Amino acid sequence: MPTLEIRDLHVSVETKEGPKPILRGVDLTIASGETHAIMGPNGSGKSTLASALAGHPKYTVTSGTATLDGEDLLSMKVDERARAGLFLAMQYPVEVAGVSVANFLRTAKTALDGTAPALRTWGKEVKGAMENLRMDPVFAERSVNEGFSGGEKKRHEILQMELFKPRFAILDETDSGLDVDALRIVSEGVNRAKENTDIGILLITHYTRILRYIKPDFVHVFVDGKIAEEGGSELADRLEEEGYDKYVGANKTVSA
Amino acid sequence: MTLTTDHSRAVADGAHTHGVGGKPQGSRAERRTSFSLEDIPVPNGREEEWRFSPADRLQPLFQADLGSSGVTVQVTPAPEVKVETVARDDARLGTAGKPGDRTAVTAWNAFEQATVVTIPAEAVASEVTSVRLEGVSKDATAAHVLVRAERHSEAVVVLDHAGVGTLAETVEIVVEDGAHLTVVSVQDWADGAVHASSHRARLGRDAKLKHVVVTFGGDVVRVTPDAEFTAEGGDVEMVGLYFADTDQHQEHRLFVDHAVPECKSRVTYKGALQGSGAHTVWVGDVLIRANAENTDTYELNRNLVLSDGARADSVPNLEIQTGEIAGAGHASATGRFDDEQLFYLESRGISETEARRLVVRGFFAELIHEIGVPSVEERLLASIEAELEKSMSVITGAPAA
Repeated sequence: MPTLEIRDLHVSVETKEGPKPILRGVDLTIASGETHAIMGPNGSGKSTLASALAGHPKYTVTSGTATLDGEDLLSMKVDERARAGLFLAMQYPVEVAGVSVANFLRTAKTALDGTAPALRTWGKEVKGAMENLRMDPVFAERSVNEGFSGGEKKRHEILQMELFKPRFAILDETDSGLDVDALRIVSEGVNRAKENTDIGILLITHYTRILRYIKPDFVHVFVDGKIAEEGGSELADRLEEEGYDKYVGANKTVSA
Repeated sequence: MTLTTDHSRAVADGAHTHGVGGKPQGSRAERRTSFSLEDIPVPNGREEEWRFSPADRLQPLFQADLGSSGVTVQVTPAPEVKVETVARDDARLGTAGKPGDRTAVTAWNAFEQATVVTIPAEAVASEVTSVRLEGVSKDATAAHVLVRAERHSEAVVVLDHAGVGTLAETVEIVVEDGAHLTVVSVQDWADGAVHASSHRARLGRDAKLKHVVVTFGGDVVRVTPDAEFTAEGGDVEMVGLYFADTDQHQEHRLFVDHAVPECKSRVTYKGALQGSGAHTVWVGDVLIRANAENTDTYELNRNLVLSDGARADSVPNLEIQTGEIAGAGHASATGRFDDEQLFYLESRGISETEARRLVVRGFFAELIHEIGVPSVEERLLASIEAELEKSMSVITGAPAA
């Protein structure tokens, strides 16, 4: 069974004062079909994990490994990681002026599959997926993310996840900034992908709210660049009540 | 590094200028214009209007003894449009303003015959009128084209420049009352061409001009479009697109003269540069004279630097002599590829090369669709593809920005 396996991952970010360590030994294994939630306070390194796995040039892996189905993810270029089956739904999707959503989706699908999708079925597929996410058809003609509202950007990310059918998807705070309706629509999209494919999901979030709609199999609490505690979905309920104070406080004591 | 200026709503603060190494200049209203060679001598390169230009490479066009054999002119008119070849003493010539720099004045004094394209009053041209100027030798040559849109006429005129030429050119554009004219000038010269072109447009009451400049080829191309309003209700839209490769110099200097009230101007120029020694210059002068009340103007220049060793100069100048305006602003930005944009596209499986192509195509696409002439739009998109094709090795060979 394909797995996304992360072992003792250390990652630094370039700053003006030199490299600054953010991830300090992350261990995580996600099998196909599983949904893992990573929760943690701001600044704990959750989003760094997402970006580093996708290959963002700002981050440097200083030690550790990450493999997708046994293949070394870290030696691959950004586009190769995507073609290996990794998808990142970004927290802040970027605008690309003058490139229409339709053109972008087709170009990406062609790059991912190695051949252009059949014109007719692809058109239908895109249209259907957009309907499911309650996206107006005119969206297809708009420039990628340009002038999109926060909710529209996130729906566009999930649209891509449904159309590209990756083996593993990292959702980086996809829930942040969404109202309840948008959160529900986006969550339905994720659940559809889970039903229709054997996708493995790494769901990064600050809040437990989205976990009411997307049931995680495992919950990991992320503190100070590594996983501090792990458990089932009941751990999320506890975090909902207690917050992150306990972990942050413990960490402060240790480093004091 | 990204350089940006944005004065979306500028105010009456007199001369207002930007640019690296910018120096204050006198009012644009005081710039000397003349039909006489003596009044506008050979520049030494330090003058405001020549400070970015490779004066040495333009030398042949500074001389008074330009010939007329180096460039052929061929016109394919729309059925409604009249074409004549006239002698230089034709009374219709020289009515759209005087030369404002040395190559404009040498061009004016040396041409032997002019091509006059007339869209008769009330006529609506059913097809594009094509004027093809082809360089057949490197002999320094003068050429003169006059496009006259008589009152309430409508037409699209496309000027194409190709081949190897050394050309000082005047394009006079007269848009009479109520006429709607689109003029597209494409500079797609072969390597080795040197071209200086003075476009001088004069707009009547409620006249509308869309002026499009597209520069891809040639060693040195310097286009200086001037637009002057003479009556209320004039509307000029100036659109430009350029793509400079290794050692190419492409310069576009615009001047919009709001001399009367109630006129509107929009200027949008976008350029891409790649390869060492690629140099583009954009200077946009807008003058709102004291009596030009309710003027509405905005100018924008954006440059995308695709590789190391290329240089883009961008200088918007807005000079406002009245407080009674509807709107005035400008924006200028020069930047490199956005790493976040490339990461986003690449994270969707798109290769780095293809991602860069998408970004460049996108950069120009919106502007191209503003041209509104489908045959021209298709050609331009194809030309951009060709530029990208020959250049991707240059781009991807360069270190990441």
